[in-house]
Amino acid sequence: MAPLLSAQGLQVRYGAVEAVRGVSFEIQQGEIVALLGANGAGKSSILNAIVGLVPTASGQVMFDGKDITGAAPEGLAPSGLTLSPEGRRVFGTLSVSDNLRMGAFGLTDKDEIAEAWERVYDLFPILKERKDQYAGTLSGGQQQMLAVGRALMSNPRLLLLDEPSLGLAPLIMDQIFELIAKLRDQGVTLLVVEQNVAKTLQVADRGYILVSGEIVEAGKTSELTQSSSMQDAYLGAN
Amino acid sequence: MELFLQQTANALALGGTYALLALGLAVVFSIMGLINFAHGELMTIAGYVLMYCGIASVPFVIAVPLAITASVLAAVAMERIAFRPVRNGSGATMLVTSFAVAMILQVLFQNLISARSQPVLLPALLSDSVRVFGLVIGVNKLAAIASTIVMLVFLDWFMKHQKTGVAMRAAAEDFAVARLMGIRANTVIAGAFALSGLLAGVAAVLWVSQRASVDPLMGFMPVLKAFIAAILGGLGSLRGAVAGGFLLGFIEIYLAAFLPPEMQEFRDPIGLGIVVLVLLIRPNGLIPSATLKAEKV
Ligand SMILES: Nc1ncnc2c1ncn2[C@@H]1O[C@H](COP(=O)(O)OP(=O)(O)OP(=O)(O)O)[C@@H](O)[C@H]1O
Ligand SMILES: [Mg+2]
Repeated sequence: MAPLLSAQGLQVRYGAVEAVRGVSFEIQQGEIVALLGANGAGKSSILNAIVGLVPTASGQVMFDGKDITGAAPEGLAPSGLTLSPEGRRVFGTLSVSDNLRMGAFGLTDKDEIAEAWERVYDLFPILKERKDQYAGTLSGGQQQMLAVGRALMSNPRLLLLDEPSLGLAPLIMDQIFELIAKLRDQGVTLLVVEQNVAKTLQVADRGYILVSGEIVEAGKTSELTQSSSMQDAYLGAN
Repeated sequence: MELFLQQTANALALGGTYALLALGLAVVFSIMGLINFAHGELMTIAGYVLMYCGIASVPFVIAVPLAITASVLAAVAMERIAFRPVRNGSGATMLVTSFAVAMILQVLFQNLISARSQPVLLPALLSDSVRVFGLVIGVNKLAAIASTIVMLVFLDWFMKHQKTGVAMRAAAEDFAVARLMGIRANTVIAGAFALSGLLAGVAAVLWVSQRASVDPLMGFMPVLKAFIAAILGGLGSLRGAVAGGFLLGFIEIYLAAFLPPEMQEFRDPIGLGIVVLVLLIRPNGLIPSATLKAEKV
């Protein structure tokens, strides 16, 4: 079966810095794929390049059989691909419900929009309770839920999550990983970037290990757990 | 006391016009970081439409929407032709572009219309005055106050409850993430210019209604004042722009009315001195924007 998303020789540059040095990977429909690597390995750069937030220096990205290399970000959410960016980046001066409403900006079907609200409020009851509050006044964990909820409002088929558990208390962190598993059951395919390697390997099916902008190992999570490049990736050795 | 109330009505009328202009600057600035000094020329365009309508005996009630429409269309065209190509340039690049647009338009007005001030035919009603609560107030002042209120209520509703308005606020806060949600950059920016054109058009009608004339440089002074008002209120903050506009109107009118005659020639420096004083106490303006802060120690 053709993968839902595939990258071939993807390269990202910031001036003289080569952050991503020609990586290739693919994600099948229904999978949870983890992208692991130390700080500065280039994980966010890959996700941002996929959605067009940073320019792709070379390589090709295909989503659902279409070439989306260098596509403008605004076209992707309506076609079923979205990113919950690193650092939450909720709209702090908008209410919680307006944040969610913006997440569904590209949807036009009334029923689909209604279902999206129901699903998000179902997953995160706290967001419904706080719907009229400014997003900037939510706690860090609540903001993270809002960021994920906002991304879900576009009914994505592929959701890219950039460090969804960053800075969260252990209990909330567990909720985020439960959520990841739950989303897959609902038919969402996920690409997850995480610092919490142990937990990520528990929920993911496959993983890629990134060191200094290159993929050094790929495989089923059960295999990766034992791999030595896993240790190296996080100790920063290469 | 009566003089004071009288001047307060004047201050509300002038401050309201400044507020509308400052809002127009702030809407565009909050979204793309551009201070559009050609905003004043949108006013001038609307002013000339009023003038030509007067010459062609078009009734004022039709001339006003025509003038405002012209200003909106000119704003959208300005974005498309002049600002879109430099959208990703620095703030300085965009600022210089806006000066260039302003000067080109001024030269066009001077050469195609007239370098001199032209009279604008206004309905006699506007120069009448009425008694309100014992005060004699010009109809044009009342109309200015009423139009300002209508515009502020409309804008508040638009930005809070209309999907496009909410998207504009989202884009002002985090443009990249807004685009991720499927909010189109072109739509939001063109929308911001259209709104600024609407505000400039209404402000132009109010401005011309007080003066009954239009000249090629008409837009410069009010937009400079609006710029000061926007800074006073907190650059990029919409509420701040309104507050700054009204405060500046009050400062100018009260100084003109109550400063002793021998000090009148220092009116403008004193007014600006008060503005600077406010900014010393509140460096980010009266109601700072949540996303933009002056970061100097
Ligand atoms: N906008 C930028 N300008 C210049 N260099 C950048 C920029 N963004 C990232 N980089 C550099 O690119 C490299 C990869 O950064 P990236 O953010 O992709 O790493 P990451 O794997 O997501 O790290 P982290 O785990 O800390 O989030 C780093 O060396 C970083 O300094
Ligand atoms: Mg990162």
